[in-house]
Formats: sequence, C-alpha cells, structure tokens
Amino acid sequence: MVLQSLKNCLWLSCILRTPKACFWSTASGGLIIQSVSNDVYQNLAVEDWIHDHMDLEKQQVLFLWRNSPAVVIGRHQNPWQECNLRLLRQKNIKLARRRSGGGTVYHDLGNINLTFFTTRKKYERMENLKLVVKALKALRPQLDVHVTDRYDILLDRQYKISGTAAKLGRTSAYHHCTLLCNADKFVLSSVLKSPYKGLKSNATPSVPASVKNLFEEDPSLTSEMLLHAIAKEYAIQHQIDHHITLINPADETLLPGISKKTKELQTWEWVYGKTPKFSISTCLNMVYKDSVLDIKVNMDVKHGRIEVCNFDLPEQWLPSGLYSELVKSLTGSKFCPNETTTLVTTLLRVCPQDDELHSRWSLLCENMIRLM
Amino acid sequence: VCIHRVRSCSSIRFIKSKYLCVFDKSALKFSHQQRLFRTSAVSCGQIVQFKLSDIGEGITEVTVKEWYIKEGDSVSQFDSICEVQSDKASVTITSRYDGVIRKLHYSIDDIAFVGKPLVDIEIDASKGVAPEEDVVETPPMSHEEHTHQEIKGHKTLATPAVRRLAMENNIKLSEVVGTGKDNRILKEDILNYLAKQTGAILPLSPKAEIVPPPRKTEAVPAAPRDKARKIPLPVSRPIAFSGKDKTEPVTGFQKAMVKTMSAALKIPHFGYCDEIDLTQLVQLREELKPLAEIRGVKLSFMPFFIKAASLGLLQYPILNASLDENCQNVTYKASHNIGVAMDTEQGLIVPNVKNVQVCSVFDIAVELNRLQSLGSAGQLGTSDLTGGTFTLSNIGTIGGTYAKPVILPPEVAIGALGKIQVLPRFNGKGEVFKAQIMNVSWSADHRIIDGATMARFSNLWKSYLENPASMLLDLK
Repeated sequence: MVLQSLKNCLWLSCILRTPKACFWSTASGGLIIQSVSNDVYQNLAVEDWIHDHMDLEKQQVLFLWRNSPAVVIGRHQNPWQECNLRLLRQKNIKLARRRSGGGTVYHDLGNINLTFFTTRKKYERMENLKLVVKALKALRPQLDVHVTDRYDILLDRQYKISGTAAKLGRTSAYHHCTLLCNADKFVLSSVLKSPYKGLKSNATPSVPASVKNLFEEDPSLTSEMLLHAIAKEYAIQHQIDHHITLINPADETLLPGISKKTKELQTWEWVYGKTPKFSISTCLNMVYKDSVLDIKVNMDVKHGRIEVCNFDLPEQWLPSGLYSELVKSLTGSKFCPNETTTLVTTLLRVCPQDDELHSRWSLLCENMIRLM
Repeated sequence: VCIHRVRSCSSIRFIKSKYLCVFDKSALKFSHQQRLFRTSAVSCGQIVQFKLSDIGEGITEVTVKEWYIKEGDSVSQFDSICEVQSDKASVTITSRYDGVIRKLHYSIDDIAFVGKPLVDIEIDASKGVAPEEDVVETPPMSHEEHTHQEIKGHKTLATPAVRRLAMENNIKLSEVVGTGKDNRILKEDILNYLAKQTGAILPLSPKAEIVPPPRKTEAVPAAPRDKARKIPLPVSRPIAFSGKDKTEPVTGFQKAMVKTMSAALKIPHFGYCDEIDLTQLVQLREELKPLAEIRGVKLSFMPFFIKAASLGLLQYPILNASLDENCQNVTYKASHNIGVAMDTEQGLIVPNVKNVQVCSVFDIAVELNRLQSLGSAGQLGTSDLTGGTFTLSNIGTIGGTYAKPVILPPEVAIGALGKIQVLPRFNGKGEVFKAQIMNVSWSADHRIIDGATMARFSNLWKSYLENPASMLLDLK
C-alpha cells in the first residue's frame, strides 16, 4: 500500500539521518542517548517527547543530559517559596518547572542528569539508583555512596549527591535523578534560599540538605567519566552495546513536535502559572520622609495571578479613589515584577499630577514589587 | 419514527455535552454538515465509578494536585483527568472510558486512596441499530477491565479517534477494510480508503504516530483535535474545522493601557507630518559608530533624534509642558525626559532618558543601551518608566512611513519616526541624487499648542538633523 511504503521511507531516513545508526532499532533491549544541548527547556522537552511517543515495551531508554545554570522546580511547587527569584533574574539563571514531582534542584554543567525510561509496569526507582551506585563504585571503589529509602544518594553517609523525581503516565514512566560532580555550591546555596516572607501554601516543599560534589572527594573525577561509567553499567545490565547515541533536541525531523514542547515549557503559564494557590501575609517597611511606615499587605495568588490584594495604608495616605483603582488593576494581573511595574507606571499617567502623590505611589509600588 | 440518539463523538470538544440528534438513517450521512444540537443533556447512560488504579511500589495513597476536567465535561478514553503526587512521583491519571464527568470525589490537596473511586463517569449506553456506531475497544496492552460495548447489528471495531476520522470524512466504516487485529479498522485503513477514493497520495501526519515501527501502532486518540487534512481533492469537501473563539479577561497591563488610551482620546490631537533628508546624518553616524564601539556603546540614530528634539524644546518649551485636569494651568517642565517607545512581549512600554538637556549624544546612547537591555530582559524599574515629558516612537524599525501617534498623558506632544528609505530627490543644482529619507509624524494637544508652533519646532528639529554640523552651534 502506498502509505506503508511511505512509512518505511520515513523510518529509513530516520536511521540514515542519525549520527549513529540504530536509534530506532528494535534489536536491543535498551538504548542510551545523550543530549548535545545544555538548554534546560530543550532537554526537559526531550523527556516529554520520549514519554509521550516512544514505545518502551521492547527497549528501555537511558537519557543523559547536562544543563547550563538553571533552577528546576517540581511539578507542584511554588517558585517563590523555593528560590531567590530576584537573584535568578540578576544572574540570568533560568527557571524551569519539570513535569515530575519532587523538590527543587540547581543545575549547572557540573551536575549530570540521568533519566530512566521504562513502561509503567517496569517502573522501579531503587533498581535505577542501585545501578548508579554500582557504577560509581566500579569507577572508584573507595567511594562511600549508598541509596537511602528517600531515594537520595548519600556520600560519606551525610552529604546528598543525588536527588530523585519521577513521572508516571498511562503506559510509560520515567525516573530521573541528579548527580553532583562539580557544581558551584556557592551559587547553589544562594539561589535555593528564598527571601520571600509570609508565604502560605500547600505546594510541595523542598527538604534542604547538605550537599557535596564528588569532585571534592576525588579531584580526578569529571562529569564525562561519571556519564560513561553509568552508561557502561546500564549497558551491562540491559545486555546491550556500550554505545551512546547523541541527539539534538532541536531536531524536529527526528523528534517531531519537539519545538512545541520546548516552547510550552518556557511559557509563563507553565513556569509560574502552574503554582498551586498561595497567599502572602507580610509587612512592607517603607521609609517615607523622616519616618518608617509599616504597611500590612495581604495577597492571594492563584494560577500565578493576583486574585485578592489589600494594603493597610494610613488614612488618606493615598486618595481612596486612587487606592481602589490600584487594587482593581492589580486584581487579575500576573504576580510578576515586570507586569506590575509596567501596570503601575502606566496607571500613573492618568493620576493627578502631584509630585507628593507620585512619590508615595512609587514608594508603595516599589515595595510591593519586591514581594515578587 | 425511530429516534436514534447518536452520541456525537465525545472526543470532538467543541460540542461537549451536546448531543447530535438525527431522526432517520439518511440524515446521518449529512450529520456532520447540519449539526443538530440538543442543548439539554439527556441522561441516558450508566454512571460508572472510575477507581484510582495501582500506582506501583506498594503505594496506597496519593495527593490530588490538579484536576484537568470538571463536572459536566466530556472525556474520551485516554484523556488526562488529573495529576496526583506521591513521594516525588507525579502521576497523570487518564480516563478509561468515554463519557461525561458527573462527580469528582476529591478536591485539590485531598488524599486519594488507591482502589477507591476517583470520579464518576456517565457512559453513554445507547442501544439501537445505527450503522456508524462502533465498539469502544481498550488497547491490547492493558489488563484492566473492559469497557466493551457490544451493539446489536453491525459490529465494527475501531477506536474513538478512528470513528471520528471516518465521520469527518463521511465514510461508512462498513465499507472500510480493517487490517488490525480481529479486522479492527486502523487509522491507516481510513487514510488508504480516502486515498483510493481521491486518487491522491495523502501527506503523512506530522505527528509522531506514523514514525518508526517500534512505536505503538494503535490509532491513539491522544492526537490533537485540529485535523485540517491537507488533501488535494479535485472536489472541495467541507473539512471539519475545530478552531474556536477564545475569550480572555482584560487584565493587568492591558487594563492600564485601556485607561491610558481612553484618557488620551480626550485630548484633541492635531497632526503634522514632514520628510527629513538624513543623508548627511547617515554618513556622520557611520563615522562615529566605531568610536562609540570602542567605548562599548552601540550607536543608533535615536540619540541624534533625541538630542535634536531637546534642542528644539529649548526654543519651544510649550511642547515639553503638561496641562492640568481642569485645563486651568500649564506647567512647563524644566527637565527634558524624553521617552522612547519600546515594543516588548507585553506590548508598548515607554522608558525615558532623563534630563536630555544636559546630556551629550554619547550620554544618551549609553542610557538608551541600558534601557534597551533592561527592557528586553523585562527588568525596567519604576523610575525608568515614570516622569517622561515628551515621547519619540521609532515605529520605522518595524516598518511604515507616516503614522498618527497617540499622545501619552500627561504629555502634550509625540513624534512617530518612519523607516529610512533610499529615494531619489533633487538637489540645489536640479540634479537627481540618492537621498536617505525618513518621515516624521507629530501629534500635539491642540488645546495649548497651535499648528504654527508645531511646524516651527519640526522645522528646527529637521534642520538639525539634515545638517548635523548646525547642532554644534547650539549644543549646551
């Protein structure tokens, strides 16, 4: 039939196009792939793609990837609660929300990510982590590494070197974990500390832990070595060639639909809008002329947008009409410093042109924006 | 009269819980053209309790984190119902049935138990002979209970997506040869049938479904709803268009813009346009660009336009003024805080360069660089965005020549700059030469500014730019 032969053509072209053949081969029971990209969104999109489109009955997949500096929060987490968003913006560190559960992690090129894809039935996190530990011990037998029952890997019985998360779908599942080889611990600890006070939410909280790099334990170790050791162990256990296929997450021909997935992961609606409902109840300390004003603020944020907000201002500090205008405009707008800045400065155009009024307005708004 | 209640393919979202009602067999053929809707959902199905299935690893309870559907929504088999979390694992629960959601047993953040009901789904159990009715099949991989509905009469095996595809293309499933297991009709079979009919080769679906063999060969209904088929048919057929209008509330920044623009409309605008010959300025900029680069600054034309505007405002300060609400007082602003309209993802923002009257062209370029990089990173501060007294909008970077800019209150004037075009012009000797021409369109508040003032300001600004050396005389 015409369609059948077209189908075969496409399959063949896939094989010919890949740098190493056998990407789609059904001959082996496993496949090891590595991303050539360091973009967190592209790599997360590859996970999505494999999860949605690959048949894992006949072969399981190990995906190896590394990212340039990024903070990755779990599916149901609150970024304001988990990290210092101001610092992230300043340092140009990306923020991504993954589709699996679990806590927040910091990625940079000194951290490696491993994703184990299986069918839903073969989902088995402990096995995967034991594989990693076995690989580490094979590489450096003196390393004291073991798996805890919280699915962490500890070094020297105290330092966390790996965290785990998983995603289960209808027929397939994946378990991914990090592995600290030589990450920047200083940046890690500063970005993962939230400065935001007064947050109340049911979002999954992260459990802070002391971390250590494997490099600190043994300076001869590199990320490359670790990747190869784990790939080797995986190959042994799945009885396949120790062969890593490189893939380019930007290749739409190989991974049809991947750019759409990548784009979705970058949208504000996904990264911030998926935050479970939370509320803020805090105090703004504003220095105004010679005194300090303590202004109580309450806000409810749902889907990343301000649902309710009110400020406990001194009477007539702002004309009441103006205050209600501010509240009305903020309601429904994104809980985002950029959106709020443009909103309040635009509103100022239609306020009475009074310097005193303008400075009060700016003061209040600047302080409020610091909450975001 | 036999009333056949044919439930529309629930996987067609835009008819949700409405029912396709037809009154006789022949009407079925045209059913996809004349969609007869019943708005009242007549409940004739059985309610099935969909239980939370085993998650694995001995887990007995999970937390419900997000619902993808709500009561009253139609779902198809394999549609996502909710997201639950258990110990660092996020699980997507998909529907086992086609039907309408009647009850959600949990709210967000509740603990749900494996083996207990998660949602109640009303499954349509229509009986009667309808040629297009098909059996809902569960995929062979699942070992879960069946939702097998056997309908007396014509029994054809096909999944909901395949059924929908057939219906969209007006195909009787009984006429299609099934090549799947038990003669099940697959999506390829429908496509082949169509190809034979039209004699055309169908383009492959861009989705991964038709990519390599190891992939599931099921025609999984998880494919996107919009299926505009690019079939080069000699006879045009109505192809099902599943796009729909989307209504969103006006919030945040957009709301503020609505207010500002409504206020701007109250200002009686008048316009004045002109053409500027930038040939000499283009040359000057070429010479100065490398010097600025050495100092680490990108030099565009804007710093020149801005500085020339400020020099003009020194002569015509009324253009840098503000009229109060009651039109009682005009305030002449001392600082020339010239706003530069920027197009960002959110829309129009206007940061301003402060005190241009005491800035050199280079200072302005530095400040513009700073504002532009903050603007594109979405990190402009409130002080950058407030205090403007006069605005220039370089719409020419996007395109266009003449414009009718809207004054941004509380200002009284604005200029829109078109793109620079190379055009033939006559010089003093009557010869044609290549000129770099840019159009400018001014708008001003006619309550306090008259046409002559605007024209004179524009001429002065124009003369500075057409002959940049003259700026040297008046630079402060």
